[in-house]
Amino acid sequence: MAGSKLTLAKGLNAGLRRAMEEDPKVVLMGEDVGKLGGVFRITEGLQKDFGEDRVIDTPLAESGIVGTAVGLALRGYRPVVEIQFDGFVYPAFDQIVSQVAKMHARSLGNLRVPMVIRIPCGGGIGAVEHHSESNEAYFAHTAGLRVVSCSNAADAYWMIQQAIQTDDPVIFFEPKRRYHERGQVEVDRDAGADLGLYESRVVREGTDATLLCYGPMVKTCLQAADAAAEEGRSLEVIDLRTLSPLDLPAILDSVRKTGHAIVVHEAQTFVGLGAEIATLIQQEAFYHLEAPVLRVGGYNIPYPPSRHEEHFLPDLDRVLDAVDRSLEY
Amino acid sequence: MSDNEVAQGRSAGADMAGAFESSGGHGPTPPSQITGHYSADNPDMVQFVDADGNRLGITEANEPYSCIVEEMTSQDARTIYRDLVLVRRIDAEGHALQRQGELGLWPSLLGQEAAQVGAGRALRPQDYAFPGYREHGVAWCRGVPPENLFGMFRGVNNGGWDSNANNFHLYTIVIGNQMLHGTGYAMGVKADGAVGTGDPDRDTAVMAFTGDGGTAQGDYNEALVFASVTAAPIVFFIQNNQWAISEPNDKQFTIPPYQRSRGFGIPGVLVDGNDPLATYAVCKAALDRARAGEGPTLIEAYTYRMGAHTTSDDPTKYRSDAEVEIWREKDPIKRMRGFMEEKGHADAEFFAAVDVEADEIAARIREACQTMHDPDPVTMFDNIYVEEHPVVAAERAEFQAYQASFVEEGSH
Repeated sequence: MAGSKLTLAKGLNAGLRRAMEEDPKVVLMGEDVGKLGGVFRITEGLQKDFGEDRVIDTPLAESGIVGTAVGLALRGYRPVVEIQFDGFVYPAFDQIVSQVAKMHARSLGNLRVPMVIRIPCGGGIGAVEHHSESNEAYFAHTAGLRVVSCSNAADAYWMIQQAIQTDDPVIFFEPKRRYHERGQVEVDRDAGADLGLYESRVVREGTDATLLCYGPMVKTCLQAADAAAEEGRSLEVIDLRTLSPLDLPAILDSVRKTGHAIVVHEAQTFVGLGAEIATLIQQEAFYHLEAPVLRVGGYNIPYPPSRHEEHFLPDLDRVLDAVDRSLEY
Repeated sequence: MSDNEVAQGRSAGADMAGAFESSGGHGPTPPSQITGHYSADNPDMVQFVDADGNRLGITEANEPYSCIVEEMTSQDARTIYRDLVLVRRIDAEGHALQRQGELGLWPSLLGQEAAQVGAGRALRPQDYAFPGYREHGVAWCRGVPPENLFGMFRGVNNGGWDSNANNFHLYTIVIGNQMLHGTGYAMGVKADGAVGTGDPDRDTAVMAFTGDGGTAQGDYNEALVFASVTAAPIVFFIQNNQWAISEPNDKQFTIPPYQRSRGFGIPGVLVDGNDPLATYAVCKAALDRARAGEGPTLIEAYTYRMGAHTTSDDPTKYRSDAEVEIWREKDPIKRMRGFMEEKGHADAEFFAAVDVEADEIAARIREACQTMHDPDPVTMFDNIYVEEHPVVAAERAEFQAYQASFVEEGSH
């Protein structure tokens, strides 16, 4: 089986390359995606190989990038749009929620806008303000959008291809502080096809409590599970991968087994994804719960200056503290 | 236009304001005259017929388009006249149906028929139009059945026509969004190689519509940037009807759109939006240019919204009757008919037949509207996603079970 160790960033790059090779209608758009290869180099080398018409350096105008991508999609293209940083997606928010999300429904199914909006997300890289947002809840709240989040190189490679192939618009979150972490990527088609775009993955099996996480928090939760194991506690870690739709059956299977659930994400907990997940668990698996579903996430403040971000972001200790509280019930 | 010329334009505007006063009107000075960019003799304005339909002579502004008008036949004139009358009648019916409670809302195009028919008739079948929500006249010219427009205003759907059947996109309510969709579509046209081939059936252009208020939106301005730097085959068609609900031109811009386009690297044309020959000619020229691969053009059609913004609006709160009367004198149908009678393009029988046809269409669409059924409520869960989404599926099932519970209880 063909495979190699790639960083998450290189996994995305390879996935985009393969999608472009397989479908001439796939075009990449965004600020600096051409010669520079994007500020995170995700599109590095692609303009050189596919040309300026397929890797389009756009004006610095996010609504324009997404809005013109809608038009390209209506013309039969499959645009993959790069938003440079999470905090820069807001100028395009109107196009995404008013147009991208609703086009299929309002056209009574006549129109499709198969596009992927890639958003480097989250903090932990010491960035200035507006560069460390976790805005997944805004998009998951909007019907018509699909929202997914990769956490490792193999998923990056496969999920980006699956997202491009789907006929629904996909918001594709990339954990920027994990861009340079390496993982094994099997580039055989069958190897990636075993997991659908909207399926979660049990990344560590356990029996005492379930950690539900995605994107940058998957690594943190795995570290927490390692630490807990040293204390004799067996934690199950689920990488949700898909945020809309949630893979609810997989979540419930795990919680019914462990009786304890802790949702971990970087975004503010107030009206965050954790609130929805906790509610669904108590609605669907109430009698299996040994403790309330707990949340570990950002505080309800704007993302702080980077010198404070280590206190804002959930870390191994905050996760373990929540595990302790859950298991004390 | 130089600063000096702009200043002269202001001066001409002052004269116009004087004329307004002498016409016996009271109330505020029309905003177009305040900004001074428009006047009856603005040398930038492309016109071919005066308010009575008299053919105007060649000017520097209309000379580039005069050959297009010269080539128009009597049949062309009759087609445009028929469009103007029928579109006005469709619009009037929409207004009446709203007042009768059949529609929740209606945005009237009254006064803007010439702008829309001129644009609509200049489009070829393969071209694509991206409207706002007032482009009933363009929809008519594209072949969209007028009753299809009523669905969204009645509330039975959010669009209701197949955009690709007539290359007429769904109405767009959020002001300016569609300018980017048109631009992106045009970028795709160019990427497909469907410009500059010389094949009249293949070369394709896009036309995107908004109003004077739309020119203040970010998406409008971003669309001009994208179109300019990509040389996209698109024509931006601005219907400056002078009122963005209650806000006049001078609340939207200090440099008018046709001049401002040049700052984006896009040629701008000012056309008398109540002159159907002029709007047709400038649109045809701009679309030909786009199809030839020569890039975008912005057309500002200077016109007037004779009615309210929508049926929810009350224009008496912000503008004077006298101002409306000035524009009633510039009525596009009166002008077109005067021109045709002078040139002998049609006889009284033709004009009478068009009026009969208008009555028939009005009756037809009234019946279609009144007999339009509400869709099965469960269809609101349809087409949210292309692929099945478990949340939508679960909520659909929940809704159906809830509805069925009433049936089981025999309550309906």
